[in-house]
Amino acid sequence: MGVTYPLVPPPLVSARSLTKRFGDFTAVDAIDFDVEPGESFGFLGPNGAGKSSTMRMVGAVSPRTAGELTVLGMDPDVDGAAIRARLGVVPQEDNLDNELPVSENLLIYGRYFDLARSVIRRRIDELLDFVQLSERRDSKVDSLSGGMKRRLTIARSLINEPDLLLLDEPTTGLDPQARHVLWDRLYRLKQQGVTLIITTHYMDEAEQLCDRLVVMDRGEIVAEGSPRDLIATYSTREVLELRFPVGVQESVLDRIDGLAKRAEVLPDRLLLYTDDGDETIADVGRRGLEPESTVVRRSSLEDVFLRLTGRSLID
Amino acid sequence: MAARTAFRVLEAHAVSYRHTWRGSVITTFLNPVLYLAAMGIGLGTLVDRGAGEATLEGITYLAFLAPGLLAATAMQTGTGDASYPVMAGMKWIKTYHAALSTPVRTRDIVLGHLGWVTVRLALTTVVFAAVMSAFGAAPLGRALLAVGPAMLTGIAFAAAVTGYTAALESEYGLSSLFRFGIVPMFLFSGTFFPITQLPGWIQPVAYVTPLWHGVALTRATALGQSPPWAATSHVLYLLLWVAIGVAVSMYNFRRRLVK
Repeated sequence: MGVTYPLVPPPLVSARSLTKRFGDFTAVDAIDFDVEPGESFGFLGPNGAGKSSTMRMVGAVSPRTAGELTVLGMDPDVDGAAIRARLGVVPQEDNLDNELPVSENLLIYGRYFDLARSVIRRRIDELLDFVQLSERRDSKVDSLSGGMKRRLTIARSLINEPDLLLLDEPTTGLDPQARHVLWDRLYRLKQQGVTLIITTHYMDEAEQLCDRLVVMDRGEIVAEGSPRDLIATYSTREVLELRFPVGVQESVLDRIDGLAKRAEVLPDRLLLYTDDGDETIADVGRRGLEPESTVVRRSSLEDVFLRLTGRSLID
Repeated sequence: MAARTAFRVLEAHAVSYRHTWRGSVITTFLNPVLYLAAMGIGLGTLVDRGAGEATLEGITYLAFLAPGLLAATAMQTGTGDASYPVMAGMKWIKTYHAALSTPVRTRDIVLGHLGWVTVRLALTTVVFAAVMSAFGAAPLGRALLAVGPAMLTGIAFAAAVTGYTAALESEYGLSSLFRFGIVPMFLFSGTFFPITQLPGWIQPVAYVTPLWHGVALTRATALGQSPPWAATSHVLYLLLWVAIGVAVSMYNFRRRLVK
């Protein structure tokens, strides 16, 4: 009698005790995670949390110091080139060739994957159309805006029709409009079933794009789940933000006890974690506190991060 | 598969070159014309009237100078293509980083890069050989034969300088290389006068420079007077530089780019 195996596809990426050290500095400290086919997986954390180091190990460009790592069923230390052949990579820092036209950046990159020129030509048309750069096909990269360069980098990462797309801080440094255009494109890829791994220090980005994410801090994973689960577990439904005049905030700290489930004191404001913000505003008034301004908002991953680490995501 | 990937890197260089070839073709053609006219003919007339012919064992200064310049030009092309462009790939434009997130590996980058420099050397030295024979410095056949040793000289420099540049954190190391390495070699390695004219104590330094071996080999080939044992030792010495240069390049590329 044979054993029957459930028809669950193996994870695309699987890490156990994955560690990266640079000299004495431990950038990634024995982390475990799995990325399933078709999901959009995020690493959320501040600069220096170890996100990019993790990404570079998954991308088979940086050898791990210790632990186990499987990408697309292979070991990056052994089959790095074979893994990279099936990955798309959008690095944190643009490394397009500024001296060359848009189309030739894609041509050269496609040839690195040993694709036939005719195949590359067809994909260049499709991809430039997808990232809305068809009109800039013959422009030098130098003349493109920051948002356009990022979109071109995304087009470039798709030239080999990757099974897994790695995006390291895809929208850092872009203006809000450019970010939204980019998110829209990434969302479409996600809908087409492309597996995405994204690192970001923007909570709105993680909430928009990630089905599941891990929160990283100082090389470790401090929480894992869907954005909604993380907020439900580590925060409250709403947050009331109170601003007091300069110098006054300190004097009210001992008068907020019991107003909310939890309070965070930031340099410029107080955050009260509560399930009903308006109700809490009323309570604040009843205690005779007079904040300069009050804002009730939904809880976000920023709050989760603050709860988990005691620090803000963006310093 | 390995050679194929390195060839893709070479191809990428060729695609880039399509945008800059005009400028470099003019230099490639103009350089030998200017040097051979000014020094080979202008200065050469003076030299030949003086004690030149005796010292140069009966050949004209032009015939002596041209193959030396051919080798020195190969050195400059090899060094030039292996210095600032490598810095750009490593640091300024980061084209190497981009390539490394594809199946391309560091050794493919090194080999593809040196392969491309070889193509550039072939173009430069063949043009030089043609100009040289047009000036009457050597018959076309022998000038073209001298392309081989000149290219080997260029490759030796390209490999060594690639390895050196890959270890640099900033471009200041390149100015030092040119100031203290390439320019003195250009002037004192037998390109313009036999190194027997140098003070005796400094001659051994000249013998160690790869350019002296390149110049001697290229000149002997162009003049059709190459004793086999000398030629063999020059070739081996230059090949040693190629081998060490490639090994150091691969090591430094890996150290810098795979962290």
